[in-house]
Amino acid sequence: MNLVVLILSAAIVNNFVLTYFVGVCPFIGVSKKIDSALSMGIAVTFVMTITAIVTWIINRFILIGLGLPFLEYVSYIVVIASLVQFVEMFIKKTSPALYRTLGIFLPLITTNCAILFVALLHTMRQYEFVESVVFGIGAGIGFTLAIVIMAGIREQLETADIPKPFQGAAITLIVAGILALAFMGFSGLLAA
Amino acid sequence: MASKSITYEFAKGLIKNNPVFVQVLGMCPVLAVTTSVENGLGMGAATTFVLVSAAVIASFLKPIVPSEVRIPVYAVVIATFVTIADLVLRAFFPPLSASLGPYVPLIVVNCVIMGRIEAFATRNTPLPALSDALGMGAGFTAALMVLGGVREILGSGTLLGISLFGDFFNPMLVMILPAGAFLTLGVLMGIFNAAKEGGGMVLIKAESKAEA
Repeated sequence: MNLVVLILSAAIVNNFVLTYFVGVCPFIGVSKKIDSALSMGIAVTFVMTITAIVTWIINRFILIGLGLPFLEYVSYIVVIASLVQFVEMFIKKTSPALYRTLGIFLPLITTNCAILFVALLHTMRQYEFVESVVFGIGAGIGFTLAIVIMAGIREQLETADIPKPFQGAAITLIVAGILALAFMGFSGLLAA
Repeated sequence: MASKSITYEFAKGLIKNNPVFVQVLGMCPVLAVTTSVENGLGMGAATTFVLVSAAVIASFLKPIVPSEVRIPVYAVVIATFVTIADLVLRAFFPPLSASLGPYVPLIVVNCVIMGRIEAFATRNTPLPALSDALGMGAGFTAALMVLGGVREILGSGTLLGISLFGDFFNPMLVMILPAGAFLTLGVLMGIFNAAKEGGGMVLIKAESKAEA
């Protein structure tokens, strides 16, 4: 499959948050300010790409190699949890500035379903290695795009007069719905 | 915590601390699979099974697991039960399994489950943990079914696969699509909040009585 099509498809047409609903928790939780949303997006993209690489290798050489596909979920979640821990330690040692920006978001990423979803989808669709990596990057860009747009809208919403029962999560979901409607305009853009 | 009754632990998950409408947890399955009541019920049942089993096991494991490694340990416990649920669904309910698709394995990272284990199961004995997990599971399932019901009626004009309006009704396709999921949940959450402040108080008072 054409890699450019794959990356555009993962990032825009089949945007993870707005069409597959994965990663909605941080999408709602960490979208109050544009800069923290951007940091979250970068952290997710980073972990997603590494997860795609590691889980692809594990799936191909250990799970399929040894005939253990039923261990898929258990091994993926262990990989993701330890990977997030490792990435956190690595960034802390090598780049304290980046650590200060991403710090609090990193542990949250373990329970971000978008990460596990990348691993499950590339397994399900039987992507080759390069495709899996590109898919991980594309999905991460899509997540970043969605959460930054959302944060931009929510900064404006601060000053809006919203009926009390709809304040907080409710209005955020309605905004997400309108955003999803807008993203539907992209469907049919690509054949993939 | 210890003074509160088992019934209270069950009842609080239904309305007062409803995982979907109040705690806003576990959003991916809530939005993704609620295109019909049936899917909502299937996902709710699978999640409840995993939640109850994992919560009870976690409350037994608590004394022997060092707190530094507790998250990976519980993650493995949850993933094991999700694997069981997935295999059972695939073997006995193939159409349901196909329509839930990759969202069954995503129960592993459903924050409702890890949330209840962290916040409740590991701080209580197995019996209250069981009751709490059942209540949260029931509240979660109920929310999924309501959302699935609204979307099914508006989006395909049916309820549980039975046509409701005949030819008069032109289904709103958007309700089945992703955008409809966000809009419906947002509106329902607003209504839920409004009802909680008004008429819903009766229910909450009833729950508080069970607490005493």
